[in-house]
Amino acid sequence: MNRPESDHWLVRPATVRLIWRIFIAVLAATVLAQLAINVKGYFGVDGWFGFGAVYGFLACLAMVLFAKLLGGFLKRDESYYGDRAADDD
Amino acid sequence: MTELLSPALILVASALLTALLRGHWRTAVILLAPLATLWAIWQVPDGVGATIPFLDYRLEPVEGSPLRRLFATIFALMAFAGGLFSFRQARWYELAAAQAYAAGAVGVCFAGDLITLFLYWELMALFSTVVVWAGGTPAARAAGIRYAIMHLLGGVILKVGIEGIVIHTGSIDIQPMLATNFDTWMVLIGILINAAAPPVSAWLSDSYPESSPTGSVFLSAFTTKTAVLALIMLFPGEPVLIGVGLFMVMYGIIYALLENDARRILAYSIVNQVGFMVCAVGIGTQMALNGAAAHAFAHIIYKALLFMSAGVVVYRTGKTKCTDLGGLFRTMPLTTICGIIGALAISGFPLTSGFTTKNMISQAAIDGNLAIVYFMLAAASAGVFLHAGIKFPWFVFFQKDSGLRPKDAPWNMAAAMVLFSALCILIGVFPEVFYRFLPFPVTYEAYTAGKVLFYLQLLLFSGLAFFLLLPLMQRTLTISLDTDWIWRVALYSLARRAYAGLASAGHSLEARLHAAISRIITRLQRYLDSPSSDRAGRLEIFSRAQPIGSTALWIAVLLTGYVLAYFL
Repeated sequence: MNRPESDHWLVRPATVRLIWRIFIAVLAATVLAQLAINVKGYFGVDGWFGFGAVYGFLACLAMVLFAKLLGGFLKRDESYYGDRAADDD
Repeated sequence: MTELLSPALILVASALLTALLRGHWRTAVILLAPLATLWAIWQVPDGVGATIPFLDYRLEPVEGSPLRRLFATIFALMAFAGGLFSFRQARWYELAAAQAYAAGAVGVCFAGDLITLFLYWELMALFSTVVVWAGGTPAARAAGIRYAIMHLLGGVILKVGIEGIVIHTGSIDIQPMLATNFDTWMVLIGILINAAAPPVSAWLSDSYPESSPTGSVFLSAFTTKTAVLALIMLFPGEPVLIGVGLFMVMYGIIYALLENDARRILAYSIVNQVGFMVCAVGIGTQMALNGAAAHAFAHIIYKALLFMSAGVVVYRTGKTKCTDLGGLFRTMPLTTICGIIGALAISGFPLTSGFTTKNMISQAAIDGNLAIVYFMLAAASAGVFLHAGIKFPWFVFFQKDSGLRPKDAPWNMAAAMVLFSALCILIGVFPEVFYRFLPFPVTYEAYTAGKVLFYLQLLLFSGLAFFLLLPLMQRTLTISLDTDWIWRVALYSLARRAYAGLASAGHSLEARLHAAISRIITRLQRYLDSPSSDRAGRLEIFSRAQPIGSTALWIAVLLTGYVLAYFL
């Protein structure tokens, strides 16, 4: 199971590398396609070249970082509510 | 006469039959009753059928309109697919309760007046609680009680609002209103509680993941979407809803990102998706309301599909945490593919139902010149792909090799998943067919080259962000605190402290209070917090919980006697 060559073809390092290459090529293609296809900007900025790409990436980055920050305050051990009851006995 | 009979009554009858019959007869009822309901739904003409006098009011048990039929259609479809998914695996009482729950949802769709609406609303609350309980674990029982308390409270608030409206306007009609006075605010709050709006969104992620692998499929569909329908009918264009909706959208994403439990990730994403719809109702234009209705329809399908794929995983492995799962694609290819289709649809990928429905809401924001709303919805679309579109399938089916090699879905579960996967794609590929069923005429063009390209950029770069930020998203064995902490911990501790204070005083009067409070505490301990129920046996006799059932029975007997004596 741990030897790369005997595992499922989808998770072999060679396949994963190939998937990454294809993914990056597709990413580049979606941005470059904007040279040919007009993306209508309803509010100005959203029609800029590559706006969807940058906005999508930055929005996700912001949300992940915000979640990480909030997690510092909100995360508790998963037995938090269960153990409290046990303590009360 | 027939115009008095709501299509919901078919499901009420089938719930009874499901409870009474066994074997093939029961299977036939579970599968055929929703189809019969579907037929009945499309026989309902527009406008109010007959009315029934009740006290000083005229009830309208069946009122038809394109909007009502659309929601009823998806609820009946859901009852069918859910029945197909679960009839061989779920217990009989879960199946019967799910049918009654669906009956409540269909009943709300055709309720022509506020009193009828309220009755079906409570039918849903009752039987959805039973579905949560059918999870069968101590945690499910405790979560079910918390769920019931929240929904009964919501019901009371809704009822207060309805009573106020009836007294002050004399009308029980269901008609558009705005939250301008106490009565309408109460109605709005009562509905929003069912929509899992802040500050009580936590009830949803607390209860749904505790239900059985099949129960969560039913739960994901009805309660929040009947709330959306009620909002469309009662509060279109209520500006408060825009803010509430946007908050829900972001809340769902952030909490789902922090979550480790696969089904709880999906539960948070229900709040996120309902947020889109609530926001649309707040915008309130024809385009927005079309978008809210269309998105609710599409959402029920792909969310049920996601819960089905998660349900199969739980059913086969008994595990639900991302940290325990991973690599299941090897032996569960069909479940993986269906889960991915659901995930793409919820993310609004082109050629899926999310793209053709959710973007109507964005279009409504554009038409209304609401720039902030538009950009927040676009960011949220990226966030949906992040927390549900990739995170769910990645951590469950790929990620690492957990070593688990479960079998793929049983045939009936597989059939239900394939059916809903097909619908996700059909609505995505042939939107114009679907648009014909929307409440208002549709002028929206789903596929333009620019729109497709914009969303491909947005979503694919969110995908890139996910894989680059994976180190920041390592799953931890944690839960996240929510507002329910206030009543599960803070108020509870306060009650305990008050109890301790009284106990130490030791007056005779206080001794009596002591007994009463300790009884309440015992119940609180059992219902609100603790999954263990073996405590009662060890307590002193005065602090033991007395069965509510026997008291209720005696009250019922006395009341029956009184009514008989009155009429004789």
